[in-house]
Amino acid sequence: MVPLKVIVFQINDEEYAIDVRQVQSIERVQKITRVPGLPPFVKGVMNMRGEVTPIIDLKERFGMGPSQYQKETRFLIVSVNGVIIGLIVDTANDVIDIHQDQIEPAPETISGTDREYLKGVVKIGDRLFMMVHLDRLISLEELHNIQKG
Amino acid sequence: METNQYLDLFLEESTEHLQAINDHLLKLENHPEDTAVVGEIFRSAHTLKGMAATMGYSDIAELTHEMENVLDLLRNEKIHVTTNVVDVIFQSLESLEEMVASIREGGQGNKDVSALVDLLNRIEKGDVEAAPVKPVLMDGLGPVSECEHTVITQAKSQGFEAYAISVTIDENCVLKGVRAYMVFEELENHGEVIKTVPDVEALENEQFDNEFRVLLISKAIEEEIKLKLLNISEVVKAEVDTFQPEQANLNQPDESARAEKSGDEPKTKPSSAANQAASKTIRVNIERIDQLMNLFEELIIDRGRLEDISARKKDPELNETVEKMVRVSSDLQSLILKMRMVPVEQVFNRFPRMVRGLAKDLDKEIQLTIIGAETELDRTVIDEIGDPLVHLIRNSIDHGIEAPEVRKKNGKNPEGNVTLRAYQSGNHVFIEIEDDGAGINREAVINKAVEKGIIAPEDAPSLTDSEVYQLLFSSGFSTAEQISDISGRGVGLDVVKNKIELLGGTITTESKPGNGTLFSIKLPLTLSILSAMLVKVEDETYAVPLSSILETATIDRSQVMKTHGQEVIDYRDKVIPLVTLRNVLNVPQTTEKQPEKNTYSILVVKKGSQMTALAVDSFIGKREIVLKSLGDYIKNVFAISGATILGDGNIALILDTNDLIK
Repeated sequence: MVPLKVIVFQINDEEYAIDVRQVQSIERVQKITRVPGLPPFVKGVMNMRGEVTPIIDLKERFGMGPSQYQKETRFLIVSVNGVIIGLIVDTANDVIDIHQDQIEPAPETISGTDREYLKGVVKIGDRLFMMVHLDRLISLEELHNIQKG
Repeated sequence: METNQYLDLFLEESTEHLQAINDHLLKLENHPEDTAVVGEIFRSAHTLKGMAATMGYSDIAELTHEMENVLDLLRNEKIHVTTNVVDVIFQSLESLEEMVASIREGGQGNKDVSALVDLLNRIEKGDVEAAPVKPVLMDGLGPVSECEHTVITQAKSQGFEAYAISVTIDENCVLKGVRAYMVFEELENHGEVIKTVPDVEALENEQFDNEFRVLLISKAIEEEIKLKLLNISEVVKAEVDTFQPEQANLNQPDESARAEKSGDEPKTKPSSAANQAASKTIRVNIERIDQLMNLFEELIIDRGRLEDISARKKDPELNETVEKMVRVSSDLQSLILKMRMVPVEQVFNRFPRMVRGLAKDLDKEIQLTIIGAETELDRTVIDEIGDPLVHLIRNSIDHGIEAPEVRKKNGKNPEGNVTLRAYQSGNHVFIEIEDDGAGINREAVINKAVEKGIIAPEDAPSLTDSEVYQLLFSSGFSTAEQISDISGRGVGLDVVKNKIELLGGTITTESKPGNGTLFSIKLPLTLSILSAMLVKVEDETYAVPLSSILETATIDRSQVMKTHGQEVIDYRDKVIPLVTLRNVLNVPQTTEKQPEKNTYSILVVKKGSQMTALAVDSFIGKREIVLKSLGDYIKNVFAISGATILGDGNIALILDTNDLIK
């Protein structure tokens, strides 16, 4: 079976993972321009090599309060169904191989994070990664509903 | 042979060659003696033949081969250029275009070209008057297409007869559509209906007066058909005549004689070599230019950083280098922006033939003049502007230019003039369509608008002429008394207006009864670059398009008044609302609370006739900005139409002032 390469990043000392094919680049913190009238977790837009790219604070998205920018804070630029978006994460520093069958359903009592944004969890040794369900996380409909509401 | 990889190339090149043949044919028609032009056509046809044969498109190859033979004879002056010959070549060209279009859409490019090949063959053998399968005019039935013509000829050879039938229905008839349907039922029992005027759909929708015409192929005799028709209730009159498609060709020798005569007239032979000074170009995919633009923007960001650094270091050598870089990159920027610009010629060059065809169909004489085809517009605009122009030109020819007899009676040159003009003025490009036809009949427009319920009858007298002309662009409006397939059923002009407004342009109409009409379209030079005023609110920078700003001003706090809780100011004797951007955009306070200023910096913006003053913290200045969308994720943000990247690499949002005007 072909191993799945994932990028590992951290939020609040917990480890999350995304399929490497969905990640375009990892950037250092840059200036974000606020866009009025958006939900708080959409921080605004950033200039990514000439493209206007929206930035989402994952920590705030998961309901854990806004991120504090640290030296290690990174913007994870991901592509979801052709939409390019930046995710603010505490740190992103690892690429590992996992197998599909290592992904287990997320336990009922996962801390803080809504289970619907997770594809499952992967346990390797004593490390536990939560596989993020990007499509659901940045579903356009949901954002537009929030905007309307 | 694996030809897929060459397909794009084939399509591009064949399109170019077909366009070249088209251009040169039109030239040839005006200068029949110019064999150099024939040579150009020959070369294009020859190249096309070679390419098509290699790619395995045998029908194209066959047709171009025959064209080549005829062109060769023309080139060597073995046969003369007559209108007839040009017509046949035009028809061949049309077929070629159809085939190429079918290949582009993934087809095989097959088409029955035997009729054309046969015609070309006959011309080759010296039968210069070989009858072209041209639209044949028949009384009330409009032009007969090539296909219909073939059907009729075939049917006749099998003992059928073609009848032109005119049916009149009682004017008090309530369900005209039903009666028309019954007529068809009856006719279908006797033969085959080839064509109706107006078309079947219009008949079923009762979009006709009391009379309609049918072209029928049948073995029955005239009287029998007539009797059957009269038996249908509410049919008051039925006329059945045999139909001879050949009749209409009678005027053919006349025309060719004229062409030959004009050929004898001493004319200055145009030096085709001078016209051929084509500039050298290469094809570049538009995506690459966009990429180039994006990369360049990154460069600008770093340029900004370098400028900052050099200002800090105060190193003369570094300063000098950075300054030079700034100059070069400015030049580079304007060059890249220019690359997106293409001449309107791309759109215009399809019109001469369209006008020629329309004039023939409508029996009008029309001279099309194109001025300023070299005027450049942004690629995006070029792609979109074609259809609206087609519609306006058709409109001018169909409704504007009168029939030659009418023109003669009114003391005008029987040949009507349509001028297509493009020119640049400031940040806009104007495209004008002018005709010297009948002009717009104010009364007719008003009557129609009242009838359609677009305006109230009592409002009519107070309307200015230009307001009346604007009614033409209202939806559901058509002045043509009779529906023609040239300008459609009046669904067009409002669509034209919408399209132009979508491109950020406007359309105005001027008209003098009896002297003609002028449609003037004003378009922005490019869609992606606009002039804007940069303003500051706390730490945030916003760009306001100059096109929506009336004035910038600094007003004293005492000038602000309150009515019903809304702040207003007195602006040139008008009371207009004052909107504070900081509040409507929820700008977070960043600095220590400053002492309240005694003056406001305001922008007066407009939407139609409404005005609003926007209060900002300060003005930064005017900049040319590149419009960027916020993308698919962030959509429909209140008062924001997009974003732009500033010289320092930061993003500024572009305000949509329409949302802010109350």
